Amino acid sequence: MEQRKKDITILAIESSCDETAAAVVVNGREVKSNVISSQIDLHTLYGGVVPEIASRKHIEKIDQVIAEAMEEAKVTWDDLDAIGVTYGPGLVGALLVGVAEAKAISYARKLPLIPVHHIEGHISANYIENKELEPPFLCLVVSGGHTHLVKVTDYGKYEILGRTRDDAAGEAFDKVARAIGLGYPGGPKIEKVAKEGNPQAIAFPRGKVGDGVYDFSFSGLKSAVLNYLNGCKMKGETIVEADVAASFQKAVTDVLVGHAMDALDEYHMDKFAIAGGVASNGTIRQAMEEACREKGVKFYHPSPILCTDNAAMIGAAAYYDFLAGKRAGLDLNAIPNLKLGDTL
Amino acid sequence: MKILALDSSGLVASVAVVEDDNLLAEYTINYKKTHSQTLLPMIDTVAQMIELDLKTIDAIAVSAGPGSFTGLRIGSATAKGLALALEKEIISVPTVDALAYNLWGAEAYICPLMDARRNQTYTGLYRFVDGVMETLVEPCVVPLEEILETVQSMNHSVIFLGDGVPVFEEQIRRTCTVPFSFAPAHSNKQRAASVAALGAILYERGLATPGSQHKPEYLRLSQAERERQEKVRDFRI
Repeated sequence: MEQRKKDITILAIESSCDETAAAVVVNGREVKSNVISSQIDLHTLYGGVVPEIASRKHIEKIDQVIAEAMEEAKVTWDDLDAIGVTYGPGLVGALLVGVAEAKAISYARKLPLIPVHHIEGHISANYIENKELEPPFLCLVVSGGHTHLVKVTDYGKYEILGRTRDDAAGEAFDKVARAIGLGYPGGPKIEKVAKEGNPQAIAFPRGKVGDGVYDFSFSGLKSAVLNYLNGCKMKGETIVEADVAASFQKAVTDVLVGHAMDALDEYHMDKFAIAGGVASNGTIRQAMEEACREKGVKFYHPSPILCTDNAAMIGAAAYYDFLAGKRAGLDLNAIPNLKLGDTL
Repeated sequence: MKILALDSSGLVASVAVVEDDNLLAEYTINYKKTHSQTLLPMIDTVAQMIELDLKTIDAIAVSAGPGSFTGLRIGSATAKGLALALEKEIISVPTVDALAYNLWGAEAYICPLMDARRNQTYTGLYRFVDGVMETLVEPCVVPLEEILETVQSMNHSVIFLGDGVPVFEEQIRRTCTVPFSFAPAHSNKQRAASVAALGAILYERGLATPGSQHKPEYLRLSQAERERQEKVRDFRI
């Protein structure tokens, strides 16, 4: 008689930047709980994430967040099959809180510990709401810290086609938002203001990188915006914030869509997914969706709550790593500059 | 009563298990490897050596600061994870108190000195009266001159210890006017056995808390907060 396959329940922990998060995920796709304690108000005072403050908040909140995630999921320690944790990339002090906590729990309950790459988590967020999505597919990960164009060849197997050479896309949003006085975090603020503006008003450059076809560069664009603003001030011209925001956003969108579509052609992929905090930007998502539709490519994107840093996505990634036999020891360390595809 | 104790507040990583009046195990290293890689394997080694079933401990004592911000958080997160998963309470033991407790019963006053960088020290002042430790100066972060002044005003001999000693020794030798000495190797740095023994006293006083309530006591704001406060202050002036 065939034995009924047992469900795998994973408690996942994420603390790589300024969100303390825990989630309970069954079989990588069914989210039982997804608790996020955001520190954004705290960091707004400083115009960006302050690593030491983020780390201090993580250690204060982590127990409550885990307890809440387990309570909401109605699971006890005995129901868990493994602990998943983000061990990089990210802020080292912030990562260490989640890593030390996860290791201690895994040790105390004799549960396997699954080390998860943060970007792998973002990519895997797409599995949660799209039950039919399976590799291979192409994924664009865009957030405050990352801009990666990734070919997902199989579960847990990634080929990086392109990455940013300087600023991440989200970082460019933050810096431009600060320059036009919109404040932090820049993404949602620029998107909102841009709705009232003309995306064709100002011709900002579409960053190109000579030798890396799929690599990105956003620092030139950022400088172009700053130069434009300075120029206006020198000439005493009024700055139409909405036009600057819309034109800047359009320039970013064009580059992201252009790279993604070229890669879809070259690698003959029929599935495309977007992930990361910037993936919740409606304008970018819409442009991607339209471009994919024209090509007859199926387009996937997570809900905004799964685009932001969260632990459900870490639980999704951890499940496939668990099946592949990936395990960490008690000496697991946080790796702030961990590369995607690096093995332990 | 059985207590598992951890200290990763400085360069030393230390783990101990104390049961009533017996130290069952203590493992202390002072080596360049990061606490994140060493602390939990050390706990595991200790547990295996004494065949410790973690479920049988009564509470987890952790050196709760001041100290290295990251080091403190590794100790705290480890203690919190263990406490959460084992459903045990945490005893937050002030690092400077635990350092002083290394020298239990000393006739001289005890002045722990931890290197706090920026020309300051995490320090305090203690004495033992009939086997009970009394706090003369609560843990604080001050320039060496300030604690030395207090020590000298007491007009009593003093023992210095801690990782601040190599930093401040010359200045102490040059300026200290009361009889002083420096603690030797076996007792001059953080030891989890002291955290456990002092932790047991705090536990009996009912000072253990659920892990969720525990957080390190840094005694110092982050640099960003400090600079912001200074800016606000300057603005008011």
